[in-house]
Amino acid sequence: MAEIKPELALFDFEKPLQPLYHKAEKLMAEVPVNEKKLAAVGADIQKVTAKIYKGLNNWQLTQVARHVARPYSLDYIGKIFTDWQELHGDRNFRDDASTVCGVARFDGQSVVVVGQQKGRSTEENIRRNFGYPQPEAYRKALRFFKFAEKFNKPVVTLIDTPGAFPGLEGEERSQGEAIARNLREMAGLRVPIIAVIIGEGGSGGALGIGVANKVLMLEYSVYSVISPESCASILWRSSDEKIIAAKALKNDAKTALKFGIIDEIIPEGLGGAHRDPDGTAANIRKSLKRELAELCAKKPEELVDERIAKFAAMGVVTDL
Amino acid sequence: MDAPRSTWFEKPKYQNVKSLEENALPTGRWTKCPDCSEVFLKKQLEENLNVCVKCGHHFRIGAKERIRLLADEGTFREKFENIGAGDPLVFTDAKESYKDKIRNTVKKLKMNEGVITGTCRMGDFPAVLAVMEFSFLGGSMGSAIGEKIYQAMLLGIKNKCPVVTVAASGGARMHEGILSLMQMAKTCAGLERLGQNRVPYISILTDPTTGGVTASFASLGDVILAEPGALIGFAGPRVIEQTIRQKLPEGFQTAEFLRDHGFVDRVVPRAELKQAVVSLLQFFAS
Ligand SMILES: [Zn+2]
Repeated sequence: MAEIKPELALFDFEKPLQPLYHKAEKLMAEVPVNEKKLAAVGADIQKVTAKIYKGLNNWQLTQVARHVARPYSLDYIGKIFTDWQELHGDRNFRDDASTVCGVARFDGQSVVVVGQQKGRSTEENIRRNFGYPQPEAYRKALRFFKFAEKFNKPVVTLIDTPGAFPGLEGEERSQGEAIARNLREMAGLRVPIIAVIIGEGGSGGALGIGVANKVLMLEYSVYSVISPESCASILWRSSDEKIIAAKALKNDAKTALKFGIIDEIIPEGLGGAHRDPDGTAANIRKSLKRELAELCAKKPEELVDERIAKFAAMGVVTDL
Repeated sequence: MDAPRSTWFEKPKYQNVKSLEENALPTGRWTKCPDCSEVFLKKQLEENLNVCVKCGHHFRIGAKERIRLLADEGTFREKFENIGAGDPLVFTDAKESYKDKIRNTVKKLKMNEGVITGTCRMGDFPAVLAVMEFSFLGGSMGSAIGEKIYQAMLLGIKNKCPVVTVAASGGARMHEGILSLMQMAKTCAGLERLGQNRVPYISILTDPTTGGVTASFASLGDVILAEPGALIGFAGPRVIEQTIRQKLPEGFQTAEFLRDHGFVDRVVPRAELKQAVVSLLQFFAS
C-alpha cells in the first residue's frame, strides 16, 4: 500500500493530505479493520495526491526533487542493475564519495555506472559532502568514461547534486577544469552514454556527467543553471524571493523537454519517487532498456556525431 | 638560474583579489589605481595599454580595444555579428525584462552580444579570434555567445587555422535558464571537434573569468595564458566566503594562483601578450 504512508514528512502544499492520513491511521488501528472504509480513504488519498502533484509550481517541484526520502543513485542502482561493484578513486588524488562509479549488469549486458550520491544520515552526508562533488569526483567519473570506452561498454550516469562544491580546495584543484574536461571528453566518447536526472540537476555540477546521447529526466526532478535561492539573491537581492526565481528559471522537466535539453520525461510513482521507489525504478528500467538497445546498435562515429550535433543545436538565438 | 633567495622560504604572494565590481575602468579625466592608489590622467593610462604606470595593475579593457591590441592593424573581419540573444523563457527579474535589458545593452554598447568573433592575422599568421566583452551583462554566456564560440571553432576547422579566445565573464546568463547552462557543453563539443582536427586552441584568461566560462572552453586551451592579477575561478570569491565562512587568503584565485597550481601555462603582461600569442602561432605553423 504505497499510498498510505503517514510517516512521510509532508510539505506545506501537501497539508490537505494530513487529515486523510490521520483517518487512515485510525482505521488501521481498529480491530477488526474496516477494509471498505480504509479502501475509500486510500482512494481519497490517491485522488488528492494526484491533484497536488499535477499542480506543483517550480519551487514546490524543487522541494520534491530535494526530498530527503527521495531515492538516491545507489537506491536505483540496487533496483535496476545486478552484479553492481563499486570501484573507487580517481587514481590521482583521492576517492570522492559524492560520486559513485562502478561496473554492473543490465539484463545481462555489462554497463559502467556513474552516479551522484547524497547521504541519508548526518555522518554519511559529511562523508559524501552533501552530494556536492569536488574536482576529483569529475576526474573519477572521467576515469570510468575512458574505462568504458576502452572496453566498449555503454555508460549510464545518474544525476543528483545541488552543484559542484564552491570551496578553497576545489579551486586549488580547479573545479572549472575538471568539469570542462568532462564536457569535452564526454562529447567525444566512442560508446553510448545515457544520463538520467533523478533529483537535483544542479548547474555545471550536474552537467559535468551529463553530456549524453540521451538525457532522461524523472518527472519531479529539476535541471537548472542556478538554484532558485542563489538566483533570487542575485537578481532579486533576497533569497526569500526563491519562489519567484524558481518560476522565472523554469527548472522543470517539461521546459527542458520543450527546448530539446532532454529527450524524455520518465514518470514517477503517484506523489513522487519517494512514495514509490520501486515503481519509479521500473519506469527508469523500461526507458533504459529501449535507449540502450537503440544506441548499442550504432557505430562509434555515429554516436559521437549525434552527441555533438545534439548539444550544438541547443540554444535560442535571434538573427539580427 | 637560482630563484631569488626570498622565494625559498616565503610563501608566494599574490595580488589582492578584487570583487567583480570594484575593478572596472573608472570614468572621467582622472583615474585612481585600485591597487596602489596612484592618481593619473586617463590618457596616460590609455597610452600604457590601461596598465598602471606605477604598479602594473591591469585595468579591464573592452573587446574592441583587445582586438586592436591583438590583431594586426586592419586585418580583423567580424563574423557571426548577426547572432543575438533570444528570450526563450520570457524572463523578468525584479527590475526589468530580459528583453529590455538586452535591448538597452545593445544600444549602449553598440554591440549585439557579449563576444566579438572573427578572423584576423596576428604577426601575419591567420587566426580565428573570439573576444568577450565583460561590460555586456557581465560577459555572461547565453545561447548567442555559445553559438558564436561554437561557430568560431567550426571556422577554425574550415580555415585550418588556430582559434584564440579571450575570456572575460562572470559565468552563465541565468536569464536564459537551462539553455545557458547547455552552452558550456556546446562550446566544449566544438572544442572536441577542433581537437579531432588537430587545430590548435589558445585560451587567454582576463579579469574576471569565472563560473560557466571557466568550467568550459576557457579552461581547455592547448595553451592557456592569463593577464597578471586577473581573477579566475569556478565559484566567485563571495560565494566561497559564504560557504566556508572565512576570509579567503590573499592572492586566492588570481592568474598567478592558477599558474602555481598548474592550471595556467603562463601569466603574461598585457604589453607582451600579442608577442606571446604570435610566438605560439609560429610554433604551430612551422
Ligand atoms: Zn597601480
